Amino acid sequence: MRYLLRRSLHAVFLLLGVSLLTFLFSALAPGNYFDEMRLNPQISPETVAALRAQYQLDRPLPVRYAHWLNAVAHGQMGFSFAYNSPVAPLLWARARNTLLLTVTATLLAWLLALPLGVWSAARFGRAPDRVISWTTATLLVIPDLVLALGLLIIAVRTGWFPTGGLTSVGFEEMSPLHKLRDLAWHMTLPVIALVLATLPTLVRHVRASVAEVLEAPFLRAALGHGLPHTKLLYGYALRAAANPLISLFGFSVGTLLSGSLLVEVIMSWPGLGPFLLEAILARDLYVVIGGVLLSMIFLVAGNLFADVLLYWADPRIRTAVSAK
Amino acid sequence: MTPILEVKNLHVAYSARAGEICPALVGVNFVLGPGEILGVLGESGSGKSTLAASLLQLLPLNGKIQQGEILFEGKDLLRVSPQELRRTRGGRIGLIFQEPSSSLHPTIQVGRQLTDVLSAHESLDRRTLREKTSQLFAAVFPTGAERISRSYPHELSGGQRQRVLIAQAIACRPSLVIADEPTASLDPTTQREILLLFRTLRQKFSLAMIFITHNPSLLTDLADRILVLYAGRVAETGPTAKVLSSPKHPYTEALLQCLPSHLREDQNMRKARLHVIAGDPPNLSLPAKGCLFEPRCTQRMEVCKGSEPPPFTVSELHEVSCFKFAG
Amino acid sequence: MQPLLRVDKLVKHYAAGRSAGSRDKLVALDGVSLSIAPQSTLALIGESGSGKSTLALCIACLEHPTSGSIWFEGIDVAALHENQQRKFRPRIQLVFQDPARSLNPRWTALEIASEPLIVRQDTSKQERENKALELLDCVAIPRRLASQRAHELSGGQKQRLAIARALALEPKLIILDEALSALDCSVQAQISNLLLELQSSFGLTYLFITHDFAMAAHLADQIAVMDRGRIVESGPAENVLRSPSHQVTRSLLAATLPITETPGVGLEL
Repeated sequence: MRYLLRRSLHAVFLLLGVSLLTFLFSALAPGNYFDEMRLNPQISPETVAALRAQYQLDRPLPVRYAHWLNAVAHGQMGFSFAYNSPVAPLLWARARNTLLLTVTATLLAWLLALPLGVWSAARFGRAPDRVISWTTATLLVIPDLVLALGLLIIAVRTGWFPTGGLTSVGFEEMSPLHKLRDLAWHMTLPVIALVLATLPTLVRHVRASVAEVLEAPFLRAALGHGLPHTKLLYGYALRAAANPLISLFGFSVGTLLSGSLLVEVIMSWPGLGPFLLEAILARDLYVVIGGVLLSMIFLVAGNLFADVLLYWADPRIRTAVSAK
Repeated sequence: MTPILEVKNLHVAYSARAGEICPALVGVNFVLGPGEILGVLGESGSGKSTLAASLLQLLPLNGKIQQGEILFEGKDLLRVSPQELRRTRGGRIGLIFQEPSSSLHPTIQVGRQLTDVLSAHESLDRRTLREKTSQLFAAVFPTGAERISRSYPHELSGGQRQRVLIAQAIACRPSLVIADEPTASLDPTTQREILLLFRTLRQKFSLAMIFITHNPSLLTDLADRILVLYAGRVAETGPTAKVLSSPKHPYTEALLQCLPSHLREDQNMRKARLHVIAGDPPNLSLPAKGCLFEPRCTQRMEVCKGSEPPPFTVSELHEVSCFKFAG
Repeated sequence: MQPLLRVDKLVKHYAAGRSAGSRDKLVALDGVSLSIAPQSTLALIGESGSGKSTLALCIACLEHPTSGSIWFEGIDVAALHENQQRKFRPRIQLVFQDPARSLNPRWTALEIASEPLIVRQDTSKQERENKALELLDCVAIPRRLASQRAHELSGGQKQRLAIARALALEPKLIILDEALSALDCSVQAQISNLLLELQSSFGLTYLFITHDFAMAAHLADQIAVMDRGRIVESGPAENVLRSPSHQVTRSLLAATLPITETPGVGLEL
């Protein structure tokens, strides 16, 4: 319990630190949203000055940070200049779209990686394992960009899948079932792209960890006791190989918001990635900070999750922790 | 009486990375009767652990059983179906490996690990499984069985882990147990307790055992017969008392003379030099010509260089593979 | 004659328990006193958990005792500061039980034997290698094995190498912590002979930690028996073995006897 509390406290401090740094860097970066406006001769300098005052851009940095922190504590994340509306709802909407993609892709990737990795490890060095190794190596080498573009080309050439976007025209008028189908249809290619991008690494890790465990004396002993094959592989081998995989899973959770930028941009998926990119280019300060903070929350939560999971899964860690 | 285990002409070899074959067991023959305890005596490189692993085909990837028969209760284990082999492992032949510290799964409670062995061979409902597990634990742990059952291996001492391994090996009431250096890393008192446990098991369940060790003193009063292994070959087999008190093979003789207790029989020989066996164990990857002990043997003869000695019968049940006893 | 080593009421506590700063402590040594005469061998016998290894580490200045003194050649090394203690470390060397783990498997025999000599900053690499080769000769490791990596050596050879390494800095006292236990019987005999030879050639003193009474009886002048952090009995080897007075000694001795018709441990299945 105390371990959990300590780790959570660390997480909070980490987040505060990150938010401060992000705020500083964004605010200190040359230029601000209104520079563009100033260049526009049709807008009078007074209007610009008034807008700047309205958005409090002429206040000193610490004050701005303090205000922002206060706002965040109340669930508001500031104001977007570009969209002229509060940041939080904008971010949530986009984050939801991203999560739709990444949660599905991550689950699918792990569900495929585990049996593939175990199967491969059990046939280590033999033909089926070589095929898998070769395939994963090839996929790893191909940049995500190329994979996504490749899928897009397939979509264009065959017309089987939409070439981007979240929904079709006339989405609002569809029945719930149709809406679901439409969404799924649009999700297919981006999800495939993401899975292809992340699956190879996962498979290789699972394979490596399990292969190492398969050499262990306790597994030979379990084999000697006549335990059935599936139990040996999943109940004993995979379980013993879990530690590095749990850490990896934590990382997967951590990158749920940040890992899909490229795919989203290429497939025109209205997620967090493209949105943040726009905001950075436009110097939309509070959107940027809000977006980074959100991603960081996921990253830190993912790590915390992995730590807790590790603590729960490995009794040796529990003993070591309580011995301190 | 039909023997429970008959090993005939077993040849096992390992392949090294460079493609060379290194024989580990050559022409091993022995017989084990029901309820009999056979002590396999051998030092490092003798092939004793290979023997334990081969009986249940648990050799590492680079090990291969080249020829031979392993007849258990009449059936050749080398030719049974994979399902039959699985049922035999743990179900009809129990196995206690070396190194209790690494023979248990590190993150599963030991009680669960015992239950896993039971459920692999007997289809019982959850409650019966739990009861049987408790009974087995209570049998090997006179006190604290419940608490130990819920512990993890790293929370137990070496002796406790060893008892868990023993419980796993006898869980399904096998007729034969193979124990590979079961007392290697234990204290003398714990060692003694484990040996007594084995003896009780044999008495109560007429459990046959193959007890593999490098320490001859462990076999007195426990083993009925001893089989001495040297360089993958059987050097001598015979009743324990005979082999230990009047060993016939020069290697067995030399080995027993190395023990400090041997020395103490002559008055006060403290701090005197112990007998040693000159030379080093042979390099098994080189082709063998003649008796493998010959370079180190103090009683070698001309014929020993030419060919490997077959077993000669010295007296009832006592065989020695040495040309001293030819004819 | 002044003893080479005299341990006086040595106490060592380890903090244990669920939280740091808790009162729970593990008492590894509970007031241990012993002495070893120069060029003699003291066998320290006890079960695991009795504190033998902790005692070895304290004497070798690898652990700080909680209280008590360790007089080595007339100086209390336990009371010395870290820097001053360093001067004494070469004089007290340790040989461990498992050579596979106390030797770096990737280093060659020559490298392992010459490593301690690096402490002597006034030697050149060539001088170190020569000395290392001499050490290998002392322990009967053929010179052709000098460039073999440690993992390619046999168990007996590895242990000889560990002894060679211990001899490198010309120690006065060598602590052998179960150094023979992991070896085959014939190899134990060889190493035991080697140890006796080295003792007479170099005037070494041994603290031989073991649970093998037979070997202790063979090698030791004095025997001390440890139980739960205390020395329960000590004296000349003959006396302790022929007429043990303490219960623990007697039960340890009894454990080494062959199992005769003693009633078995209860087994109700």
